[in-house]
Amino acid sequence: MDASIPFRPAAAELDRALVIRNLRKEYRAGQPVLKDVSLTVEARGMTAIIGPSGTGKSTLIRCINRLVDPTSGEIIFRGQDLARLRGRELRIARRRMGMVFQEYNLVERLSVIENVLCGRLGYVPVWRAWLRRFPAQDIDRAFHLLDAVGLGELATHRADQLSGGQRQRVGIARALMQEPDLLLADEPTSSLDPKTSIEIMELIARRAGERDIPVIVNIHNVELARRFADRIVGMSRGEIVFDGPPRALEDARLLQIYGGEGWLE
Amino acid sequence: MTDGPASSQRPSSAAPRVAFPPSWPTRITGIAVALYVAYACSILDINRERLVAGFAHGARFVSRMFPPNFAPDKLELLYDGMLESLQIAIIATAFGVLLSFPLGLAAARNLSPLPLAWAARALIVLFRTFHPVIVAILFVKAVGFGALAGVLALIVASLGFLSKLIAEAAEEMSMHQVEAVRATGAPFLSLVIMGVLPQVMARFIGFSAYQLDSNLRNSALVGLVGGGGIGATLFTAFQRFDYDFVLTIVLAIIAVVMAGEIVSGWMRRLFQ
Repeated sequence: MDASIPFRPAAAELDRALVIRNLRKEYRAGQPVLKDVSLTVEARGMTAIIGPSGTGKSTLIRCINRLVDPTSGEIIFRGQDLARLRGRELRIARRRMGMVFQEYNLVERLSVIENVLCGRLGYVPVWRAWLRRFPAQDIDRAFHLLDAVGLGELATHRADQLSGGQRQRVGIARALMQEPDLLLADEPTSSLDPKTSIEIMELIARRAGERDIPVIVNIHNVELARRFADRIVGMSRGEIVFDGPPRALEDARLLQIYGGEGWLE
Repeated sequence: MTDGPASSQRPSSAAPRVAFPPSWPTRITGIAVALYVAYACSILDINRERLVAGFAHGARFVSRMFPPNFAPDKLELLYDGMLESLQIAIIATAFGVLLSFPLGLAAARNLSPLPLAWAARALIVLFRTFHPVIVAILFVKAVGFGALAGVLALIVASLGFLSKLIAEAAEEMSMHQVEAVRATGAPFLSLVIMGVLPQVMARFIGFSAYQLDSNLRNSALVGLVGGGGIGATLFTAFQRFDYDFVLTIVLAIIAVVMAGEIVSGWMRRLFQ
């Protein structure tokens, strides 16, 4: 960086931000799901992306950790264009991004602690995974994280024995186990009942907040978005149609995002 | 029953309705097959006189088998042959299991790039094309008589069977679970170890137990064509007209195959 430029906190913030420029994704040529989306997410707090199903929220979030390959555009994070990364570089970038899934996506036949330790696979050599010889500090951290999500007692249970809410807690612990610089959550509450949904959102907000990890969450529940997010991005048909703090999200704006009227009453 | 949707339309008295109309293509095909079988029998000289004579030969052959020969020197031959067959089966299963894993995963279209998947599939089809006995004949020509040819033939057979089943099991697994492990930045082998193996392992152990059972049976077969083991002992006994010893060998094979089936069934239950 040029030393003549005076240090400004905002500039440093921007260096750690996620900058998406003209991101486009076409699963079938000529039918873009994301239409040249540009978005800058600062490295703090929770950003909620809301919008109707099939509007490209999930594609957007999956382009960031490249579970989906974008058709064109840039995703700049920590000085790298994530959209261009391949092979080893991509894996190293991925291990610094935790992800929480709608269907929890735990490995059903592994134990809870094994699922949490999956968060270290980007860091440990293959033979350690094969023999389950994870470093002692990783195992300690896994137990601490399980305590932090309230599942310390279930460490050795198989993942398929847990309830939905418990599974999502394991999913959160797995993502935090990666020591991420960014936490992505793709509809983390859509498969859960209302009470558990709030508990899960509280857990994500608290555990990410105390570690100062920025969170990007896809969520179609507007109330949850308003309650937990610092910033709301509204998407409709592959484009961003709203971007602002929760209090700016008026009914008129919701109408614009979701279309129709009857459901607002 | 009378209120079914069909009864809403009353049968008219004019034309009785037919539930099963005659299918002329089926009838013609049936008659053609019967005619061809009769013709083929006449060409191949299959007739009643030969069958009757054959049964008489068969009866004499069976009567010469009794009583089975349990002489100590024969039992030693039997023991050596059977031990070799067991070893052939176990070695072939072990290598088959080890090699079929990478081949099967390479053939799974949800894990490996398409060109590799198709190449692996072509190889598997090749392995499955020929019966182990034919493969054994090829290996006997290539590496000479003995257990090595039998082992190689059964490895090929195991690879064909196990790789195909591994590929199918992998293609049926939940990609959600694999995706989550991939998202942690895991290298490919760690992804396989933590995301794929847990999903396919139980079934794979079942397949392997079945393959051990199957190799045990086939190890006697490959011996007949020079692949070593109890099959070779059996073949020699036939050639020397030691029919009483043949019966001893046959009984021993039955006992071992049944024991193998029990062990493999028990293994499969253990890992379900």
